[in-house]
Amino acid sequence: MRIEPREAPGRLLTLGVPVLSALVALALAAIPLMLAGAPVAAAYVEMARGVFGSVFAFSEMLTRATPLIFTGLAAALAFRARLWNIGAEGQLYLGAMAAVAVGSGALDVPGYVLMPLIVVLGAAAGAAGMVVPTVLKTRFGADEVVTTLLLNFIILIFLQMMLEGPLKDPMGLGWPQSAPILDQGMLPQLIPRMRIHAGLILALVLAGIAQFMLARSVWGFRLRAVGENAFAARHAGIGVNRTMLSVAVVSGGLAGLAGVSEVAGLKGYLTADLSPGFGYTGIVVAMLAGLSPLGVVISALFIASVFVGADSMSRAMGVSSYLADLVVSTSLLCVLIGGFFARYRIVGAGRKAHG
Amino acid sequence: MADILQILLSESFWAASLRIATPLIFGVMGALLCEKSGVLNLGIEGIFVAGAMAGWMAVWLGLGLWGGVLVAALTGAFFGLIHAILTVPLGLSQHVSGLGVTLFATSVSYFAYRTALPNVSSPPRIEPFRGLDIPVLSDLPFVGPVFFQQTALTWLALIMVGLVWYVLERTPLGVAIKAVGDNPDSVDAQGLSVYGLRMGAVVAGSALMALGGAFLTMSAFDAFFFGMVNGRGWICIALVIFASWKPGKALLGALLFGAFDALQVRLQTQVGAVVPGQVFLMAPYVLSIFALVIAARRAEYPRALLKPWFKGQR
Repeated sequence: MRIEPREAPGRLLTLGVPVLSALVALALAAIPLMLAGAPVAAAYVEMARGVFGSVFAFSEMLTRATPLIFTGLAAALAFRARLWNIGAEGQLYLGAMAAVAVGSGALDVPGYVLMPLIVVLGAAAGAAGMVVPTVLKTRFGADEVVTTLLLNFIILIFLQMMLEGPLKDPMGLGWPQSAPILDQGMLPQLIPRMRIHAGLILALVLAGIAQFMLARSVWGFRLRAVGENAFAARHAGIGVNRTMLSVAVVSGGLAGLAGVSEVAGLKGYLTADLSPGFGYTGIVVAMLAGLSPLGVVISALFIASVFVGADSMSRAMGVSSYLADLVVSTSLLCVLIGGFFARYRIVGAGRKAHG
Repeated sequence: MADILQILLSESFWAASLRIATPLIFGVMGALLCEKSGVLNLGIEGIFVAGAMAGWMAVWLGLGLWGGVLVAALTGAFFGLIHAILTVPLGLSQHVSGLGVTLFATSVSYFAYRTALPNVSSPPRIEPFRGLDIPVLSDLPFVGPVFFQQTALTWLALIMVGLVWYVLERTPLGVAIKAVGDNPDSVDAQGLSVYGLRMGAVVAGSALMALGGAFLTMSAFDAFFFGMVNGRGWICIALVIFASWKPGKALLGALLFGAFDALQVRLQTQVGAVVPGQVFLMAPYVLSIFALVIAARRAEYPRALLKPWFKGQR
């Protein structure tokens, strides 16, 4: 028995593998459900109802998908260039901090000035958070996986310091939270009495732009060349370090926008538990999407459905909501294994391999 | 300055340094073993969580402290096996697989803990390992508190450093593990199994990592908390690079790290009024990045690290 690469994985395999992986992960959730003593079929029905049961439930799922599209895009673009940005969680908080720093009363300007300012500064803060580890990589050879992971912890502690210090809401009754963003700075709501906001539109537009840039622009070509073979790219005259830096700016900026969108679109003020790991989940979103920007949108919708559905199921049945994290991490492992079978075939010893 | 000197001369400071270093010693030895064979194991953070949870729960269920240690090691080996299968025979991205194992091990642990204990406001406690009480030795001045009043797990960690060093440097198995991390083709040419060696190293290394987690719930504390591992796994990955993949240097790195951490806690109580506490909390992570930056260029990487190898394919 031996392993050999397929000539070119067909369209069916590239699309089928992630879908199948997601379904397998969802089906495997039956095991923990049984162990927790929940009626399995009823639990799945409850999960589905939690997402598709009402317009409100569906809008909640879209609300939850919004930050995941941003962090998923951040991971997908960086990973395409083999820049391992595992720091989206920290960059998300940098973006959110920038948003409340400028948006919660420091500047009392009209909305058409304040809102774009919040978005741009939030993205810039996130970008800065990825430029630092990228420079440490290109200048000193410090592995960006480790530095971005460690920066997540540093930024979270820095956030706590800010929330107890300069960013603390004087009216917050002593809670470590920021002052609310001014009304005119908030991203508009899309549907009355629902929480879904314009951050989703921004995320979708950026996913479209990312798809186009990646496939059609010179920048996208350079990015892919660096990711596929940095050595060859350098010989072809592509500035590898410059390309890495530009990817870092875009990737960090997207992660920063996740923070902006959560704080200026949803919560209104900043606390240290703004993100339940959106940065890390973004990696799963990106992998499920096969690192394709448009795929990110679809896989973000799936992952958000798992979270929202499991939340509502756990409230109804008393099963721990960590079930959602279990499904999400299982789907990452499944898509990895599935990706292997899409790229390679296992040939029995007796059969002659062709090609 | 005199204050710092006083801290550095106190036995409690050195005892704390070794105590804080213990989980890191397990972690760096585990990570080092994996990476020497050519496999980066970013599952470490989740394996720490799983070891902490499984070890604690085994004790809580009545298996005894050493039963807990065994359960933790087996749990680590299990998650290590997942990473080993994904990265060695399947040759998948070690980065992504490792992160996947971290997310999976963490969510399995949290889900299991919440399912076993649905409604506890304060986490249940176990009777943890106590400091050793060896006649004469434990009563020695200075050396007694620093070394001989530590818990058995700290000694286990130090023994593991010796064991890893001995295996890697003095046995044919160690030669083979190092060779498979440098030049797998040569190992294959000698008729040894590249897959077997790499998978064995990853499984054994992951068991060691899990012991680092078990130390947290069974020696440093007496209960399991969410988020208690707090990046210790990632710090170990940085320390291994800092140590240039040498067991002795890795031990030194972990001890230095423990000493810095013990020092910052003590300084914090002295200057806490002037400097926000968070500055000190950041210190270990900043220090790790700093260590990485100064060491990265001259580190001697195992040459086949991160490179998948397929049988019959050059």
